Amino acid sequence: MHAPEVPNSLRWVRRGAIMACLFVIALPAFATLGEDLSSISSDQVHMKAAVRVLPGQFYSIHEMQSPTGTAIREFVSPAGVVFGVAWQGPSTPDLRQLLGSHFDEFIQAVQSSSSRRARGRHVDTGDLVFDSGGHMRFIVGRAFLRSKMPTGADANAIR
Amino acid sequence: MRFGKLRVVALATAIPIVATLLGCGGGSSSSSKASPTPASNSQAIMVNAGPANKYANGLFTTVTVCVAGTTNCQNISGVLVDTASFGLRVLASALTLPLAQQKDASGKPVVECAQFADGFTWGPVKTADVKLAGEQASSIPIQVIGDPAFATIPASCSSHGPAEDTLQQLGTNGVLGVGPFVEDCGNSCVTTGTQNPDFYFGCTGSSCQVTGESISQQVRNPVASFAADNNGVVIDLPAASASAPTLSGSMIFGIGTQSNNSLGSAQVLTMFLSGTFAGNVKTTYKSTAYSGFFDSGSNAYFFLDASLTGIPDCPSTIPGFYCPSSPASVSATNAGANGVSNAVNFTIDNAATLFGNSSNNVFPTLGGPNPGFFDWGVPFFYGRRVFTAIAGRSTPGGAGPYWAY
Repeated sequence: MHAPEVPNSLRWVRRGAIMACLFVIALPAFATLGEDLSSISSDQVHMKAAVRVLPGQFYSIHEMQSPTGTAIREFVSPAGVVFGVAWQGPSTPDLRQLLGSHFDEFIQAVQSSSSRRARGRHVDTGDLVFDSGGHMRFIVGRAFLRSKMPTGADANAIR
Repeated sequence: MRFGKLRVVALATAIPIVATLLGCGGGSSSSSKASPTPASNSQAIMVNAGPANKYANGLFTTVTVCVAGTTNCQNISGVLVDTASFGLRVLASALTLPLAQQKDASGKPVVECAQFADGFTWGPVKTADVKLAGEQASSIPIQVIGDPAFATIPASCSSHGPAEDTLQQLGTNGVLGVGPFVEDCGNSCVTTGTQNPDFYFGCTGSSCQVTGESISQQVRNPVASFAADNNGVVIDLPAASASAPTLSGSMIFGIGTQSNNSLGSAQVLTMFLSGTFAGNVKTTYKSTAYSGFFDSGSNAYFFLDASLTGIPDCPSTIPGFYCPSSPASVSATNAGANGVSNAVNFTIDNAATLFGNSSNNVFPTLGGPNPGFFDWGVPFFYGRRVFTAIAGRSTPGGAGPYWAY
């Protein structure tokens, strides 16, 4: 019998304090990590995803769900810079699109690592932090730039 | 060809037949009526550094791969035993057999971009007989990783992360995915619409396009294709009280099908099929619930992060592991969708200290962070019999998918 599809669930560990000050508006605008909203390369178009924006006190979260069932959240500072991205779903999103110019930095950091192998990826180049994990059909990850974190933002909320 | 469904039907119809035979035995005790000897279903597994000598807590076995329907076979050692992926994948560099290339509907060779949590493997889908212990999966699709005949990785694959196509990148000669599903992708890969996650490609020369891959063509868990003992696996490893160079155990095929794979006192935790914990169990830590799963292909307890656990990360020279200044005790409770739950207690030691003894590869107290869930890796398996039941297959503990221990 064919295995049931793992549903495209998207449940984030939400921080009550942040969620309490969020409300939902429609604004189909996305950018890639480290870039600003005005330079939109439009992950939304690339991912063919529906979008909603959750404004917050210290930053806003742009959420979209791709047709492949992966949910993506982009964290945007008051200055309009994407300082973090997070994803969860049955497959890996287009990381080249999401990480932008930091994709190559991530790949190089992985390739240059000679340490004991770990499942998942944890890369910290000083500015770029990348984490991924999960299992086949359940992929979870996040990336953020320390240098772009706005005042009041907590890296732990980037999920 | 819905192989799996046929298997389930065959199993269901076999039960009344067996009952009939037993009922009609006429009391004869003649040895000539003895049932056929069941297939040997126990496969040796071992924790060691692996073929690239870089694994900690790497669980490996030797797989026999044959040209389908022939005795032209090869033993491939150093293959990772992975209860959280689906299907056999072997490095092209470890394979010498002329396996048949799978073609798509338009006759193009099918090449796969299999996505894992840590990267992807790229290479053609080929047909093989896969033999483990006395069991055989006949003529199933497997992936051949890093085949030089398909050296060009399309951007729509490479954008999913780092390639793991060489012995150095993968750390193993292959991956034996014996997890709780049959196929590695499922329905989303069957058609080429926007929901397709870029797993299967049809290639003309170095030009590859996403192709629709039917369920029966997808790379599949070999255990699901065995003639018997095909409802799951048991990973049976002895306890490890301290770090050690190696540890030997067994991978037993089938659940409740032979005397060596009964559930016994193991508790069945069924997989959530929808909602917050879909594809996983629910693991509660410090009053917060997270997704949890049991993964012999993960080489540590990977859970949450330093801010949630209070356990500091290792320095950047040992990325991905925890380095507490003194041993950290952790307790979490796993619960299945069926409501069955139990607490698990474990200890995390400093990975830098553990790795300081380079002759050791078995680390029962190795842990690391991840982006927000509980990955019960190989250390969890030490001293337990961990059952992984395949979706839709019946067992004495109910139908899969579930885990039991």
